[in-house]
Amino acid sequence: MHASKTTPAPAVGRSVPRKDGAEKVAGAAKYVDDLVFPGMLHGRTIRSTIPRGRITATRLDFDQRGYTIADYRDIPGRNVVALIEDDQPFLVEREIRHTAEPILLLAHESRDELLRARVEIEYQREDPLLDPERSPTSFKSLGIDKGAIDDGLAAADLIIEGEYRTGHQEHIYIETNGVIAVPQDGGITLLGSIQCPFYVHKAIKSLLGWSDDRIRVVQTETGGGFGGKEEYPNLIAGHAALLALKANRPVKIVYDRGEDMIATTKRHPAIVRHRTGVKRDGRLTAMDIDIVMDAGAYVTLSPVVLSRGAIHAAGPYRCDHVRVRGRAMMTNTPPNGAFRGFGAPQTQFAIEVHMQRIAETLDIDPVKLREINAFRPGDTTSTGQVLGDDCSALDVLRRAVRRSGFRTKHRRYAGTNRGIGLALFYHGSGFTGGGEARLASKASLGLCERGVQILVASTEIGQGTRTMHAQIVADALGVPFEQVEAVQPDTANVPDSGPTVASRTCMVVGRILQQCAEEMKTRLNGMTPIEYFAAHGPLIVTSEYEGPSGIKWDDNTYRGDAYSTYAWACDVAEVELNPDTFEIRPLKLTCVQDIGKAIHPVLAAGQIEGGTAQGIGYALIEQVVMRDGGMVNSQLTNYTIPTTLDTPPIDVEIVENPSRYGPHGAKGVGELPIDGPAPAIVNAIRSMGIDVREIPAVPEVVMNAGNTHQISGGNGLAGSGRREARTSTRGNAAGDPHGHASRPSAPRLPPPTSRDYP
Amino acid sequence: MIFSLNSSTVDIDAHPMKRLLDVLREECGLTGTKEGCGEGECGACTVLIDDAPVCACLVPFAHVRGASVTTIEGLGGDHPLQRAFVEEGGAQCGICTPGMIMTALSLGEKPTLRKVREGLVGNLCRCTGYEAIYRAVRKA
Repeated sequence: MHASKTTPAPAVGRSVPRKDGAEKVAGAAKYVDDLVFPGMLHGRTIRSTIPRGRITATRLDFDQRGYTIADYRDIPGRNVVALIEDDQPFLVEREIRHTAEPILLLAHESRDELLRARVEIEYQREDPLLDPERSPTSFKSLGIDKGAIDDGLAAADLIIEGEYRTGHQEHIYIETNGVIAVPQDGGITLLGSIQCPFYVHKAIKSLLGWSDDRIRVVQTETGGGFGGKEEYPNLIAGHAALLALKANRPVKIVYDRGEDMIATTKRHPAIVRHRTGVKRDGRLTAMDIDIVMDAGAYVTLSPVVLSRGAIHAAGPYRCDHVRVRGRAMMTNTPPNGAFRGFGAPQTQFAIEVHMQRIAETLDIDPVKLREINAFRPGDTTSTGQVLGDDCSALDVLRRAVRRSGFRTKHRRYAGTNRGIGLALFYHGSGFTGGGEARLASKASLGLCERGVQILVASTEIGQGTRTMHAQIVADALGVPFEQVEAVQPDTANVPDSGPTVASRTCMVVGRILQQCAEEMKTRLNGMTPIEYFAAHGPLIVTSEYEGPSGIKWDDNTYRGDAYSTYAWACDVAEVELNPDTFEIRPLKLTCVQDIGKAIHPVLAAGQIEGGTAQGIGYALIEQVVMRDGGMVNSQLTNYTIPTTLDTPPIDVEIVENPSRYGPHGAKGVGELPIDGPAPAIVNAIRSMGIDVREIPAVPEVVMNAGNTHQISGGNGLAGSGRREARTSTRGNAAGDPHGHASRPSAPRLPPPTSRDYP
Repeated sequence: MIFSLNSSTVDIDAHPMKRLLDVLREECGLTGTKEGCGEGECGACTVLIDDAPVCACLVPFAHVRGASVTTIEGLGGDHPLQRAFVEEGGAQCGICTPGMIMTALSLGEKPTLRKVREGLVGNLCRCTGYEAIYRAVRKA
């Protein structure tokens, strides 16, 4: 009766048209600032101008007619942003803990009028804590122990130490943050540029002290997130809600670029120290790692950022004795938060530059050093997780070396103003440890007259959520891709699929949707979705996350399976030094990345290319300048991100070594690409003999760097350390040669050829 | 004030010093032109004024008197550049896309890769790393 249907061509693995493509290229997609509601006011946030102190007086030096004004006394519920700890207020009562902390809210019909309002705040200033290493307050400390570190160090021929620093990074989604609050029918609706509708829902529920059903959160088209719209929108939504409820009118708060940069979260700066025991042949015997992250003034997500950073800190390397200690320290700076990579870019920068220094010290080829130590299936990570066949460390390394022509170029660039370096890295997919089980995410599928609707809270922020989910569902149901549509994430209509973070949207939520589709297929009993809907009306199927069996994790001891799978990658960077200005120009990045399965090859390559470009900015040019606890270069004029001319060709090879847990074998792809470019680029700089150990490697850093310490031979510019490598030796290792080499004055190579950009 | 907007003559009443960006978005209801920075750095608000790409956040409304202004809405949705941006993944989050396409329009037929890179240097994209945008512009 319903037979003889031909199965449509599979959507997975093909680059089908993205669901939101047509609207976006036509300028028809509606972002939050494109929306206007009748009677809508504009909101403005008055912020602290000091990093630490107490408010002594507030003066409103303007005619208040036509204004709605709100402060902490207008909060009906709790004045804390409900996230991990209840420490951050929506609005300051008295105590200021960072610059740009919200104090007072204004709303007015006219944006121009709003900007004219003058508010004077008087403070009793206190000395701010700005150095995380001198802060007495730790928001989180943790330890990972494998084996016995002292035994590992005792077994070493050499102990190599190093300290590595990474700076803040600003997300620079091109759409700034914004939320509109609309009071209606005894409730409130929040529409905004957000990653996590249910995070906002939870925060507003606590702020207002209302029941769930009175609060509705709707994601509008979102112009980039990168983690920057994970938790901060909770505050903006709270502010808009307070003003809207007080005015009883819709209120729109959209930050301008300066406010967005000064006030919102950034990537945590980090200081990572390594002490590594090695054998002369390059084998690692002990890894002792200390991590300090600058959390800023409130806890926000720092404990979990630190956790992911610590778990990835030993890199993709086998070592029997590992000790990791991590601390997230409070400072009087705006809270740092989620940013693509979530702690792993910082710690993997450190280990990968440290590996380069180990290779330099032992005079071992950097590829060989990694080949000796890279994880193989069956090896155990620092948390004691036994890796399965989905471990591809060695494969991606060898492919990247071959594809980039690493060895030939390494020889050819020797003694010139060009360098080549690599980084081997990995990234755990989904929430850490027991996080996914605790989230217990849900996803639903519903029938409609056109086919099937996907009901999830996962947001489209550019990465292709709608398209990739629709592909997975289409194939699981055996229906054409065109008959599957994604509905707008709206807490009133969709189940809580968890936040859109942690490279989990494809692997975790996509898998739940696949289960939904399989169940729906059974329920349809041979009918197509359209036929079933016509005959029987609506049908909704909901599935919940099921933790893979055999995965174990202990949050107290940090032992066990930290992630159900990892994605693996190797980046090779080629750079050129301008010997006059000390600028480093990236020439090419080769990125070989195992993501399990590219559900949509164009979208997957887009994640890798885009993440790599963001990583290049992190490595070389993106410098947040802090003065007295506040960002002073809060403009795109002086905080620069890579333009077309700053971004070199990015050559991507996707490797598909499947995970058994993701749909079609998919692993996480969103964050992996940003872990590699910075260490690959710094290692390329090091290959020219320049001892850079921090990012961003702006010209001042390159100019002031010493020369790399090379015990013998090796390539690069001859020279020895102004800054001595801190190498303590056992046995007959060579000491530090002394002398002061001049800056590189190497011959320049002719311009690149082939498909390299001019 | 009279000017040509997407090939139609319009008469819009707005303050002469109001940013063209705001006039387009608020008075004309054309929200396809986006604001990314308000200082001419990101290019998200790029429109064509007499066929030249310009940041609408830097131009006072008075400047376009008698001129011809083209916004993303003027392309209709099925322009070869628009199709190529969808097919090649040149649009991810989409916020830079309208400005990117308007600048790309000014690069002429079949531009070389070098010309595309140099031509798009004033348009920032944080999602793509530009590779997919080059593929789209060169395909269109």
